Amino acid sequence: MTLPNEGTLDRREVVATLLRDPGDLLVVSGLGAATYDVGATGDRPTNFYLWGAMGGAAMIGLGIALAQPRRRVLVITGDGEMLMGIGSIATLAAQAPANLAVAVLDNTRFGETGSQRSHTGLGTDLAAVAAACGWHQTATALDMAEVELLRDRLRRESLFAVIRISPEEKPRFLPPRDGAYLADRFRRALGVADG
Amino acid sequence: MTHPTWQAGVYAALKAARVTQIGYVPDAGHAHLIEAAHADPDMQAVVLTTEEEGIALAAGAWLGGQRAALIMQSSGVGNCINMLSLPLNCRMPFFTLVTMRGEWGEFNPWQVPMGAATPGVLKEAGVHVRRADRPEDAPEMVAASAALAFDSQIPVAVLFSQRLIGAKVFVK
Repeated sequence: MTLPNEGTLDRREVVATLLRDPGDLLVVSGLGAATYDVGATGDRPTNFYLWGAMGGAAMIGLGIALAQPRRRVLVITGDGEMLMGIGSIATLAAQAPANLAVAVLDNTRFGETGSQRSHTGLGTDLAAVAAACGWHQTATALDMAEVELLRDRLRRESLFAVIRISPEEKPRFLPPRDGAYLADRFRRALGVADG
Repeated sequence: MTHPTWQAGVYAALKAARVTQIGYVPDAGHAHLIEAAHADPDMQAVVLTTEEEGIALAAGAWLGGQRAALIMQSSGVGNCINMLSLPLNCRMPFFTLVTMRGEWGEFNPWQVPMGAATPGVLKEAGVHVRRADRPEDAPEMVAASAALAFDSQIPVAVLFSQRLIGAKVFVK
């Protein structure tokens, strides 16, 4: 059954497009499939993968963005993870750092736990939520041409983007999950490990 | 509102610990810290919708090479528990200042359960808990606890007792 807001895009193709030629982009991935998608594009020390802390991805992105105003920060997460941290959409809008963007891979399901419907599959439009919270730039992508445009905008603008992906599950790609290792190598890559 | 000097001492201790991001859910007992943070051009003051956002903010700050503190009241501690897995797993510092409710002379019974549970809940979740009961001890307690958190990269909470807060701020 097709749910409201259900998309058709291949999540791996979407994330590979968003992270093509990543340059010095700093990436935070929300737990679950978003972490697998980001890892599958190629492990980099400036990828910070979440394996827990559900609801925290956007706030981690905010802390990095405030600490590193000259670097671009991109949070890539799923609809369930973003919904758990829905208040952080308002917290980010209130700060509005110019170097932070959020991309929500919206499959309208809790994919990790048996594909139960999430709120986006029951009608919640997270891009509209973000606009109502005060984000000036929001977008929803339904096809790969729009994802291509988002790839550039997410590296330039303070943008909250929702990408309607297919609920199809992908083979799991498991990036490193030792948090101390991930944090230490991220800080070393930024040259702040001795702070 | 006038603020006792111990609160200025607490802010000075945060500055001395090189804290540059403060996430907060307001409490009257923290009003001075919040005002001071907003007035300080070298401090990023981030108002939160719920307290666990501040743990994730602090993790991001640390990843980016800065130090953060979370300011909340004891009722917010209950909102934080799962997110505390983040600093513990990542061996990051976490530093929070908690004003206690539900203890000394509390008039609101809804504050009592979480206030009573706060020290135990934090300890069970892996946070080192310190307590400031007297105004003259508060700045030094904050300074020493911040050093513990940031130098040892562990989660540390300083509880400001309601007697300390109430005696100084909630005067009618």
